[in-house]
Amino acid sequence: MKRPRLGTRPRSAPRSKERILVTPEGIALPVTVAGRGARLGALILDLVIILVLVIGTTVGLVMIAGGAAAVGRAAHGNGAAAHAIQFLIVVWVVMMFLFRNAYFLFFELGPRGATPGKRLTGIRIAARDGGRLTAEMVIARNLLRDIEMFLPIPLLMMAGTDSGVAWIAAAGWFAIFLFFPLFNRDALRAGDVIAGSWVLERPRQKLQAAMTVSALAPDEAPGHPAWKYRFEQAQLAVYGEFELKALERVLREDRAEAIETVYHTISAKIGRNDGWNDEKRFLSDYYTQLRARLEAGMRMGRRKADKHAGS
Amino acid sequence: MNAILGNAAVETAALRSDRFRLDREGDWQRLEAIVVRMEKGRLRKISDEDLLALPQLYRTVASSLSIARETSLDAATLSYLEALVQRAWFVVYGPRSSLFEWLRGFLGGGWSAAVRGIGFDVAVALTVMVVGVAVGWLLVSHDPQWYFALMSRDMAGARVPGASAEALRATLFDGKDQDGMSVFAAQLFSNNAQVSILSFALGFALGIPSLLLLVHNLALLGAMGWLYHGKGLLLDFAGWICVHGTTELFAILLSGAAGLHIGRAIAFPGNRPVLTAVAEAGRRAAVVMTGVVLMLVIAALLEGFARQLVDQTPGRFAIGGFMLLLWCSYFFAFRGNAGPRRRKVAP
Repeated sequence: MKRPRLGTRPRSAPRSKERILVTPEGIALPVTVAGRGARLGALILDLVIILVLVIGTTVGLVMIAGGAAAVGRAAHGNGAAAHAIQFLIVVWVVMMFLFRNAYFLFFELGPRGATPGKRLTGIRIAARDGGRLTAEMVIARNLLRDIEMFLPIPLLMMAGTDSGVAWIAAAGWFAIFLFFPLFNRDALRAGDVIAGSWVLERPRQKLQAAMTVSALAPDEAPGHPAWKYRFEQAQLAVYGEFELKALERVLREDRAEAIETVYHTISAKIGRNDGWNDEKRFLSDYYTQLRARLEAGMRMGRRKADKHAGS
Repeated sequence: MNAILGNAAVETAALRSDRFRLDREGDWQRLEAIVVRMEKGRLRKISDEDLLALPQLYRTVASSLSIARETSLDAATLSYLEALVQRAWFVVYGPRSSLFEWLRGFLGGGWSAAVRGIGFDVAVALTVMVVGVAVGWLLVSHDPQWYFALMSRDMAGARVPGASAEALRATLFDGKDQDGMSVFAAQLFSNNAQVSILSFALGFALGIPSLLLLVHNLALLGAMGWLYHGKGLLLDFAGWICVHGTTELFAILLSGAAGLHIGRAIAFPGNRPVLTAVAEAGRRAAVVMTGVVLMLVIAALLEGFARQLVDQTPGRFAIGGFMLLLWCSYFFAFRGNAGPRRRKVAP
């Protein structure tokens, strides 16, 4: 739990979902905590799937038994037919227990660490301390799920729906457990607290082409890159890493008006305007040389965060 | 990946950081291909060679990420690597795919070790249960009206204060031609399992509701004990309970203790952060609880079948006593090998 405390977080994003997770190899990884909306959506999807399974099993078993009315009569009888029906009822009771308790366990214990609902909403569970997600964690977080969601319903039924006290108790219960994820930063449910797990977004990121390779025109390769535009060290020194990232984004998106705006800004700042009508090439050369300069500085232990930083 | 094109590109790349990247891209993409297949659940399509290479590739890419962070300013590559390492981390440190192996470790020592791990809570819960029985007995002997405060009239049936000895005896020994015993057993199990999961989960509220649930259940037992004692049937009643009770009450004891264990970790986390302490306790308690569900399956079978089929007190005591001995020796004498999972620490 090496998450930055409140004081160190940037003030601009007080409700940010970015966290830092440290793997057993000691590598800090930025992770994104799954949003409460995505989790609610996943839960509803899973409940719908369970409901469909329950109805499907019930209908299937009743059809095997041959009609609900016959079941009622036969189950109290004796003889072979009654035993068969009783066996089906046992199957039904066991299946219901499994659907209720083992559905989440089964899927979250798989290599994907997510139920079908979670998979559809692009989230999964992981260990909060960066270590292995163990079977014990999955069991612990799912044993509590039942209590969080379903407990007040049988209580209400026992007390009768017109009992005011029961409704207040149920509301209090929901306020504590169902809304538990609303009241902590990592959107942990009570089961997550017990298990030491949390729910994260699954990252999707394609590897994009290397900038300095694609920037070169094919006829110039191979050979040492010959810049069409060369920039003085003083011209490169005005920007830092933050601006470099912005420039990379603009070049990758490759939108003409954005490139032109950025070109005007940079050319005005460094006092050059010989890249007219060749803005993209001008910018990609500037990008490469700026990156070369900043990376060389990095190897020497000098970093320039943005244009306001010194050096 | 594309070795020839890759080599040419390495030559032409203007920056050292891009050459670094082009050199290693093949490994990254191989790892990504494996991870994507695992994410899609197509485990069979992964060759053994890839599966063996996975941990190594994961570490290679992780070290690429550390180096890139110190030498490269290519934001796209960095975010790709971060995402890839995270996805590979999910897979490499994900749950073991073999539930069977976990089960073997669980039965072969993991379970009994977890029970011993919450030994203190088991002792407390046992005390509470004994006190519960005593309280139930004393309350009802003081004022029989308490009997109905503990037990609803529907549930009590013929077991009411003032019932004749014959009626009470019938509740103990008259189960032979009861039909639908298997259904009865399955329902008993389903119901008992939910109750014990409840008692475990209530540990979240500092363990107090877990203890209250124990007291309530056992006070009921005490009250019934008083009732049968009044007609000189205490021994037969004990036998009737004992068949499945040694297993079921043991399971309820363990689930209460598991709840208490969590409650204790919340209330007194010691010098660890509360969340860490709770997570540790929760994991140990979860193992105990898995075992409790297993015990309840056995208890329901005993209750549904053995109790009805064995109709005399000595036989019932023999079954119940044997089960108690079995559980005690498994939990407190059997050390096992703590399971094969202990040896596999990191990939």
